[in-house]
Amino acid sequence: MSSTSFLGNLKDNLWTNNPIFIQILGICSTLAVTNNLINTSIMTVALVFVTAFSNVTISLIRELVPRKLRMITQTVIISFYVIIVDILLRAYFPEIHKNLAAYVGLIITNCIVMGRMEAFAQANPPLISFWDGFTSGLGYMAVLLVIAVIRELLGFGTLFGVTVFPIYNPVDGSGWFTPWGIMVTPASAFFLLAGIIWAAKALMNRPVAAKAPAPAPQAATVGGKA
Amino acid sequence: MNDLNLFGLFFASVFTSNILLANFLGMCSFIAISKDIKSANGLGMAVTFVLFITTAVNWGILELLKMLDLTYLSFIVFIIVIAAVVQMLEMIIDRVSPALYMSLGIYLPLITVNCAIMGAALFMQIRDYNLPQTLAFGLGSGLGWWIAIVALAAIRGKIEKAPIPQGLQGPGITLITIGFMAMAFTGFSGMIAVQ
Repeated sequence: MSSTSFLGNLKDNLWTNNPIFIQILGICSTLAVTNNLINTSIMTVALVFVTAFSNVTISLIRELVPRKLRMITQTVIISFYVIIVDILLRAYFPEIHKNLAAYVGLIITNCIVMGRMEAFAQANPPLISFWDGFTSGLGYMAVLLVIAVIRELLGFGTLFGVTVFPIYNPVDGSGWFTPWGIMVTPASAFFLLAGIIWAAKALMNRPVAAKAPAPAPQAATVGGKA
Repeated sequence: MNDLNLFGLFFASVFTSNILLANFLGMCSFIAISKDIKSANGLGMAVTFVLFITTAVNWGILELLKMLDLTYLSFIVFIIVIAAVVQMLEMIIDRVSPALYMSLGIYLPLITVNCAIMGAALFMQIRDYNLPQTLAFGLGSGLGWWIAIVALAAIRGKIEKAPIPQGLQGPGITLITIGFMAMAFTGFSGMIAVQ
């Protein structure tokens, strides 16, 4: 369970209880957009916004909602914020909105948002709930940005669309970089995420070796519910 | 408008554009429930069933929203329709076939928040499918998900006893397995694709 102090909560959500590599939540909707840094950034910012504000909303009304109705209430609140994001993106970034397409709508079923509501906002006051949603979003953002940097750099030789590795051109001999075809395919996202999970677990388990199996059952139950 | 023929669309959504391996949808329950073949099979069946029905229902609702010029509400309406359909299916199956309920029942509530179901509805909206296309796409996507989860459960059963580095056990090795499966499935992509 997450800590209720602000600093402890930040540490939890960014590292010791990171939504992606420890809880294995919310990887559904966004791995697909990680082959491009711009899309990934927009997508993760949207998720941070939705998680933070839905958390604070559910926390404000947590005593008014009957237990039986809480799932549907949560879903409606999330959809409400996602629609706001969708309309904002459509108005200000139409190009990116077109690229992200269905994946903006899929924030609704992103397990992290619902997971944080269920696990945290349901039982805590608004301010810390907002913070919890915000930091969970950041934990998610950090991992996805790492994946996106690797995929875009090796897949296209660019970062944020700016050429970093000039691609080799056999006609005039300019450039030297051959793009890695696999980084563009979905498969690479799975491999990279697995690598990150491995690295994170290896780092975490250095002091206490027996800690590894503990998060697995929790991930299964939370993932099942959300 | 999409000019793919129905069989092409069906085939593409089962293999080349597999909703799970190419579009990453439904990953949460995919990883959590794929530990043994029996429950993977049950969940796969339930997802196929619900996905097919909800995309069809959502198609109808979307037409209604288009008529009323309320399409910006589509997200909220889709998720409510999905929740309602799942609830109704649960009650109907319970009444009509207790045996089927026993095998599918526990998976049905999980499905409401399965990204694949919502994703299929959104793809249907964005790609502007007509009714027959929606049906082919819904059925194909569901079957694709089913095949993928049963295959993964089978593989996970095999690698259970393999000597895997400690940090990679559990989700890590599962993701790598899924990566290889994604590569295998995209091997079909020279043949046909939906964007």
